[in-house]
Amino acid sequence: MKQNNYTLRKFKNHFLAGVFIGTSFLVLIPLFSILTQLISQGLGSVNWEFFTRLPKPVGEAGGGMANAIVGTLILVGIACCLGLPIGIGTGIYLSEYSNKHFASVIRFTTDVMSGIPSIVYGIFVYVLIVKPMKSFSALAGGIALGIMMIPIIARTTEEVLKLVPNTLREAALALGIPKWRTTVSIVLKTASSGVLTAVMISLARVSGETAPLLFTALGNRFWHHGLLEPIAALPLQVFTYAISPYDDWHRQAWAGALVLITMVLIANIFARFVISRKFAILRK
Amino acid sequence: MNLGDRIFKFLMFLMALSVLFVASAMFLEMYHGALPSFHKFGFKFLVDSRWDPVQDEYGALPFIYGTVVSSLIALLIAVPLSLWSAIYLAEYAPRWIKTPLSFLIELLAAIPSVVYGLWGVFVLVPWCRKVVQPFLNHWFGFIPLFQGSMYGIGMLSAGIILAIMVIPYITAVSREVITAVPYTQKEAALALGSTKWEAIRMAVLSYCKSGIVGAIILGLGRAVGETMAVTMVIGNTPQIKASIFEPAHSMASVIANEFSEATSTMYLSALIQVGLILFVIALLINMTARFLIWTVSRGPQGNPAIL
Repeated sequence: MKQNNYTLRKFKNHFLAGVFIGTSFLVLIPLFSILTQLISQGLGSVNWEFFTRLPKPVGEAGGGMANAIVGTLILVGIACCLGLPIGIGTGIYLSEYSNKHFASVIRFTTDVMSGIPSIVYGIFVYVLIVKPMKSFSALAGGIALGIMMIPIIARTTEEVLKLVPNTLREAALALGIPKWRTTVSIVLKTASSGVLTAVMISLARVSGETAPLLFTALGNRFWHHGLLEPIAALPLQVFTYAISPYDDWHRQAWAGALVLITMVLIANIFARFVISRKFAILRK
Repeated sequence: MNLGDRIFKFLMFLMALSVLFVASAMFLEMYHGALPSFHKFGFKFLVDSRWDPVQDEYGALPFIYGTVVSSLIALLIAVPLSLWSAIYLAEYAPRWIKTPLSFLIELLAAIPSVVYGLWGVFVLVPWCRKVVQPFLNHWFGFIPLFQGSMYGIGMLSAGIILAIMVIPYITAVSREVITAVPYTQKEAALALGSTKWEAIRMAVLSYCKSGIVGAIILGLGRAVGETMAVTMVIGNTPQIKASIFEPAHSMASVIANEFSEATSTMYLSALIQVGLILFVIALLINMTARFLIWTVSRGPQGNPAIL
């Protein structure tokens, strides 16, 4: 009886270890399925035309997503103008100046903001900007993405700034450098690769967002004329094409998704390996 | 403090303050936008299942139902898978597997949701139609949950795709929580003669269970707010059916589908109110999750001399 019990326990131990290994690789199946599908379905349509031409009307083969690629870059550019200063500034404030109570309120707010569904940001910007201006616009889309960047950048910046050793700050202050100069030229510079990681991660995140753009940037089948008009974006275009009934558009959707995911993954991998390795020196 | 310092500090303070400002403006603007609908329908909005833009009568029940059920299906699938992977990554995996494996799992979180949707429409939905639904119908068809026509598109596909999307979040957070458990816990159990699994179950998992619950709730938050992928596979039909094969609708997807076409003020206001409900739910879920994770990561409470 006792011997049996022991065998059972040992069996359970090994069996569960097997289950744990199995599931860890099982959860990767969707990842590989997505990547192989993207390559097999999308690669054929990714060509020079795809990057340089406008979408063609239904029924005509060919055409590309040049306007959507440029649109995404413009939207992300606008988002950076809003997200970078506020995000990095908040990070600096939290790490260098904060008093305890106000800082915990801000930290809590950023945490909560990063959990709010992206579509809610879309509604907010619609009510705030699109409705008063009576027009969907690139500006509104960029602002929606910019607001989404703030919590990601703020918290990561705070964390990496806190990793900078205090001795560096003290050394700078001892030389008579004012605090703001110390913060900008010593602390921020030491942690610059970490901050860059934060920026890359947030860019990767927002450049793939569709939901907040649905009723802010709206999408556009042509080149846009100015920032106050609707603008195309790669994820939006993929969405419209994917739910359309045309085979030709489906092919374009796969190609668009492949380009999109390549952009996102490069940003992610870049942030993860190249930059964080340089930054690892600080962590030691 | 010299002038430069004062200006700089003030500027940084303004940046931090603007975060607070944006967050409260978000709530207020949406509250304001939802007021007409709230005045007209009151709390009946939450339990009414009519959604009729022509008559200007709105009730959000089918959407709330769709969000809740699809998220539950997602958690049902995702929780065991991600918990087991987290245990493997934290306790079993050798370093040379751990790093690439956790990187790959985290990569799942980096894939844009519209790409998940595309994959869902062309790969997952046909697979559901041809494999999963016939299988479930054949073996469990006596339960109303698994009856009905098998389109592929519907609640089940939405649940599966949500599961795939929340797995990286639950895995990453539970792995961190498990790693935060002091070694002494496990060593004590091992010293008493337990097997590795028993040590993990009794000393590690029971120690950090509130953190793991937090991780699961955080995943729930992601599932509730997910928009694009769900919109593309759930079928976008506002109905409440017993079967999970049937097309349904969710709060986020009704906003995504109908917001830019909302013509009347009341229509728009009703949609904003759905968004407000989503906002409040996400807020509550996130606050609970953060609190639970924090209770583990702050370390053991009580007399530190004992440890």
